Amino acid sequence: MSTTRTAEASTRVAERLYRKRRIVNRVAIILSCAAAIFGLFFLAWILWTTISKGIGSISLALFTENTPPPMQAGGLANAFFGSAVMCALAIVIGTPLGIAAGTWLAEYAGARKIGTVIRFVNDILLSAPSIVLGLFVYTLVVAQMGGGFSALAGAIALAFIVLPVVVRTTDEMLRLVPAQMREAALSLGVPQWKVIVQVLYRGASAGIVTGIILALARISGETAPLLFTSFGNQYWSTDLTQPMASVPVVMNQFTASPYETWQSLAWAGALVLTFFVLVLSMIARAILLRNKTSND
Amino acid sequence: MTDLNFAMSAPVVGTSGRAVEAGAKPKMSARKLNFYYDRFHALKDVDLDIAEKRVTALIGPSGCGKSTLLRIFNRIYAIYPKQEAEGEVLLDGENVLDPKYALNRLRGKVGMVFQKPVPFPMSIYENIAYAIRHYEKLKKPEMDARVEEALRQGALWDEVKDKLKQSALGLSGGQQQRLCIARAVALKPEVLLLDEPTSALDPIATGKIEQLIAELAEQFTIAIVTHNMQQAARCSDFTAFMYLGELIEFGETEKLFTQPAKQQTEDYITGRFG
Repeated sequence: MSTTRTAEASTRVAERLYRKRRIVNRVAIILSCAAAIFGLFFLAWILWTTISKGIGSISLALFTENTPPPMQAGGLANAFFGSAVMCALAIVIGTPLGIAAGTWLAEYAGARKIGTVIRFVNDILLSAPSIVLGLFVYTLVVAQMGGGFSALAGAIALAFIVLPVVVRTTDEMLRLVPAQMREAALSLGVPQWKVIVQVLYRGASAGIVTGIILALARISGETAPLLFTSFGNQYWSTDLTQPMASVPVVMNQFTASPYETWQSLAWAGALVLTFFVLVLSMIARAILLRNKTSND
Repeated sequence: MTDLNFAMSAPVVGTSGRAVEAGAKPKMSARKLNFYYDRFHALKDVDLDIAEKRVTALIGPSGCGKSTLLRIFNRIYAIYPKQEAEGEVLLDGENVLDPKYALNRLRGKVGMVFQKPVPFPMSIYENIAYAIRHYEKLKKPEMDARVEEALRQGALWDEVKDKLKQSALGLSGGQQQRLCIARAVALKPEVLLLDEPTSALDPIATGKIEQLIAELAEQFTIAIVTHNMQQAARCSDFTAFMYLGELIEFGETEKLFTQPAKQQTEDYITGRFG
């Protein structure tokens, strides 16, 4: 008799606890949803503003005409070209160096202290304010060349942003390759450098390529390092030793101006840049995803 | 220490069916072999002969040093810092631990297959051709023939002959492991080291690999580390029992499993510890 009563009592307790857990669960879900909506709301707002203010100026002229003088119609062709050239050059400079350094960290540094130190310094460089890198390249390149701003200096400044990103991803992706893959390849008598280039890079390639793409997305919107290096150019220029226009710097200049034509061009630039970064992120995701499924 | 002559004594037929005649020639031998992981003394004065074209199984509880021993035979341990071997490992009478013995040459002669199948992230064909290319310059038809030969030796040809260009990552675990064996065999090594080659596989795949080991023993000298005592009993001619870094007992597989000389061996094979 008493046992059934205690059994009933414990069932009641269990039910009460269960109800309480469900309520806590509900509250937690509501709070986290609210936090997500709060964040997404601002993201959507930013996107909406960019699209609504920029879409009106999207036209063929945007890509074929150069930046106009105040109060005149024009496009951003020279800025798009300049950004493309400097970003491409930055990737060309930063990627091989970054992959080489990351490979050394992951494959050759071993447990050596210098490896840990370099990894730490690289992480600092990774989070260094980009304006500091701009000033550094200003003193290193621009001031040395007699104060002449140049596209090359801009590309070098951007390469300093690419470098730590690529070092980090290469290092991490190589260290994710299982040790047994190294052992298996080395036990065939193949020398280490060949194993790294022919086997390990293949295993890590998706991750490394993703890192490079994300670095490209990051530098395509960088303004501060270009202000002191490539400066800006009103005209079409293909000379790397001369100042060159770029989308973020033009945006910076045009947004702050009182001229409506300039302002709407800046919005158009913002829209194109945003979509460029969006597409790059989607490509990066697609590469990672494809690699994941093919490994399973 | 074990009396080595005892191991190579009277002619009997081992459990594998291969004749274990007197004086089966040792292909690889460890002499007074000691091994250190930094300060940990992992192998203590190990003396062991691996008989030519026979299967030698290394058994013992986890951490006894059997994998370590195998990893010394092709010096794969050397890729890690703070690991050190002392003593001698003789391959046809030459000490392979001598720094003058070229790694390239050693690893061409002593192939290894690991616990977890690790196909390289490339096509099935390239997995095999990759290492061959490092040693030989072959024309396309010759290379095709070598790849086919290796895949046949790995008992995998019939399953993959129509998809040689596909990624090796798409194969099943058992197929991947046979690919790894084929990859090692493709270099025409003299010795094959198998480090728990079936521990990640299901029973059917395990059966196939064991059958493959029996076939390969006609051509190669094989040393296999296994946690599975039935496997050692099924497919080896000689068995070495190790415990805490020491070689406790070594002998013909049948004898070691039916009349072990040492109490520790008996305790282990009857499942009293380990």
